[in-house]
Amino acid sequence: MIVAERKTIPELIDILQGHKNVLVLGCGTCVTVCLAGGEREVSIIASALRIASRTQNLDFKVSELTIERQCDNIFIEQAAEAIDKSDAVLSLGCGAGVQAIAERYPRKPVYAGLNTKFLGILEERGIWTEKCAACGACVLHEYGGICPVTRCAKHMLNGPCGGSKEDRCEVNPDRPCAWQLIYQRLKSIGQLQKLEQVTMPKNWGPSLSGGPRTIIRDDHRI
Amino acid sequence: MSSAKKETTIVAFCCIYCAYAAADLAGSMRLQYPSNIRILRTPCTGRLEVEYFMKAFEDGADGVIVAGCEEGSCHFKEGNLVAKRRVNYAKKLLAEAGLESDRLRMVNVSAASARKLVDYLKEMAATIEKLGPSPLHTVKQLARQESKS
Repeated sequence: MIVAERKTIPELIDILQGHKNVLVLGCGTCVTVCLAGGEREVSIIASALRIASRTQNLDFKVSELTIERQCDNIFIEQAAEAIDKSDAVLSLGCGAGVQAIAERYPRKPVYAGLNTKFLGILEERGIWTEKCAACGACVLHEYGGICPVTRCAKHMLNGPCGGSKEDRCEVNPDRPCAWQLIYQRLKSIGQLQKLEQVTMPKNWGPSLSGGPRTIIRDDHRI
Repeated sequence: MSSAKKETTIVAFCCIYCAYAAADLAGSMRLQYPSNIRILRTPCTGRLEVEYFMKAFEDGADGVIVAGCEEGSCHFKEGNLVAKRRVNYAKKLLAEAGLESDRLRMVNVSAASARKLVDYLKEMAATIEKLGPSPLHTVKQLARQESKS
């Protein structure tokens, strides 16, 4: 899922300067699961903004709404009335959600209330970790399901860098060395021989370096 | 327009297994606590969400005190520890929004600690008296007074 984190209230106040009627719009998908932009967080952030508005005499009204998915036009429609009534939207969706709303409402200022961080998983309650860099050409099958592109600080594709100490990453000792994990995993599934193959330099063409990417599925188009 | 000193309101979320029973015991023991404390019974402090504290302040509370079981003796094992983390998060949010974080506090008492609860409530009342009425409440009051005049 997409993992995001809220901006601070002073940051939001700064972003919303000059608006008098703000809609805090939540998203019921990824950011709900990572506890950053779901219905509950909308309620909390809207409440904090109303408190800030009153303590700092900012005089703006804050309304709240959460839709199922901000990155989908079908669901965005459900917010039409609330968006029309407000003079700015503070989206608590991921970066894609914010842009989807902004594209749908060209004359309405739409701001991001979250910092979209990464594609990750819930490691344990309250802890999310990055697992995928969306590089566009997945190599997980070669590394026992552990991604060296995301989880190795140096994106090494042919073994560890030599700086890891006692299975810890050289760049951040709080993290395990991804290559240690890859080795253990390949050993436990009996595929250690995969490490004997030299991996050629990765093709970064399908990654973000070529600008925003598009997928077209003719079989699904109408 | 009245010049009388505004009475502050403190909401006390009390867990039914400890602080609420302690408040009940305080009554039986004829112990007095400040009259501006409004006790709300909760099934466990772990049931309280961050938005409950935010809404309490939005709706005019000058202070909020959360009274749960002593650490290690929660009826639901760790509800009070969950509440502690939520209170800390709400304090941070309130500070970001420009409200004094001391207006929100968590305390731990047992069902038998009526005197301890009363002391905490008195301490909270003193803190709020020192801080004065919530600026939110003041703005609301002023707006009301202005609309009347």
